[in-house]
Amino acid sequence: MTDFIDAFRTALGLIVTLDPDLVEILVLSIKVSLSAVVIASLLGFAIGGALAVYRFPGRGAVSAVLSALMGLPPVVAGLVVYLLLSNVGPLGVLQLLYTPTAMIIAQVVLVTPIIGALTRQACQDLLEEYDEQLRSLGASSSAIVATLLWDGRYRLITAVLAGFGRAIAEVGAVMIVGGNIDHVTRTMTTAIALETSKGNIALALALGIVLLTIALAVNASLIWVQRLANRLAYA
Amino acid sequence: MKFHRRVLFGLGAAFLLASLASTGFAAEDDFIIVQSTTSTQNSGLFDYILPKFTEKTGIDVRVVAVGTGQALKNGRNGDGDVVLVHSKPDEEKFVAEGWGVKRHDVMYNDFVIVGPASDPAGIAGLKDADRALAKIAEAEAPFASRGDDSGTHKAERDLWGQAGVDPTKGSGDWYLETGSGMGATLNTAVGKHAYTLADRGTWLSFANKDDFEVLVEGDPKLFNQYGVILVNPEKHPRVKAEKGQAFVGWLTSGEGQKAIASYKIDGQQLFFPNARPGT
Repeated sequence: MTDFIDAFRTALGLIVTLDPDLVEILVLSIKVSLSAVVIASLLGFAIGGALAVYRFPGRGAVSAVLSALMGLPPVVAGLVVYLLLSNVGPLGVLQLLYTPTAMIIAQVVLVTPIIGALTRQACQDLLEEYDEQLRSLGASSSAIVATLLWDGRYRLITAVLAGFGRAIAEVGAVMIVGGNIDHVTRTMTTAIALETSKGNIALALALGIVLLTIALAVNASLIWVQRLANRLAYA
Repeated sequence: MKFHRRVLFGLGAAFLLASLASTGFAAEDDFIIVQSTTSTQNSGLFDYILPKFTEKTGIDVRVVAVGTGQALKNGRNGDGDVVLVHSKPDEEKFVAEGWGVKRHDVMYNDFVIVGPASDPAGIAGLKDADRALAKIAEAEAPFASRGDDSGTHKAERDLWGQAGVDPTKGSGDWYLETGSGMGATLNTAVGKHAYTLADRGTWLSFANKDDFEVLVEGDPKLFNQYGVILVNPEKHPRVKAEKGQAFVGWLTSGEGQKAIASYKIDGQQLFFPNARPGT
């Protein structure tokens, strides 16, 4: 129980004093996960929208694989990216291993299926409503995708938030491809793992509280944007 | 057509962002990567000595802390310039196979067997580490093993061998293989009231000891030697041989050795330098 009380006290102290080490890893965590989510969103919207609208052989299988990949263990994503970026791997020449870029790539691999699968579902639901109407207007498939993405934008925000939640919370992938190097690739989650293994349970828990607070702030601001947009749209 | 353009635009923007991110992050090149072990990182040694080296040479040292087995594997892949680990036979094999240039002794400390104060197997004060393990096995008292092919895990397996016990028969019952780092395994041991073998450095700096104590220590079999090796640039041309060698040289120099010796927690020295100058 004392660990919990200590944790809240430590968390408060870290936030109030803006501990420079904390700020550094926090900024890196957010930078990496937001970059990954932006890239994964663009990929996921395109893939999900296309899967909902275009008809091609094997479409069902692709959708199933995409959904299954939502459960891809971060460690596996990390290992795959490690093998690609390692000096003996095909992309070793880029020298990206143990850099934040490697962490972004690993998180894109993790997050794209989540955003893609949720986008596909959102577009498919809308398509059932609109299909005839759109087709009767003679809209091309690509125009339909664009319309569905636009009309489904609020649902897509949820998809993006789900992706962000996954990215900011995962530790397995960034640990392997980033290496948890102090001042270079240490993020909130790898720092939490490290402090836990040092036996600094209260500090680890405090970092967790800070991370949750940040996640809450990101979610709240996106929901606020969504509401604002809604109000403007119907004003 | 309009949509295709948008997709293209999106992908282009994504690529731009990724490249921006990479250039923004990885601008300088004045660093080396050291593949090392969780025991050295968790003990806080690196945080203490590395700034001294960086201050002197301007070379930043980036430490990736994994188990000895994985550190050597990563070194083999060329994903590091220097390895600093603790499993001499594996290190010698690493050099013999040409992956490393030369192995240097750096420092040593020792392993200790820690456990709950209640000491259910009655091993406290034994001078013989393998006898202590045999007693633990006999009592089937819980024992947390690293189980991760790390240097500490290899040392532990050697001790079981000398005790003539195959603990994996009790795996999942009283023998708990955590498959994680030293600190995580200590956390498990404390949680399960299990004995475990730990390096003294990590043990001393570990903050979640509860009622755990060092029960067995001082057996010469518990000696724990650390070695440092420059990854062979002939195998991996991207290895920063000059900077890596500067680090190896500094660690084994009088200055580096003094830095190692002066790292203390609560007045206790954690690592004892024993590099042989000129080797």
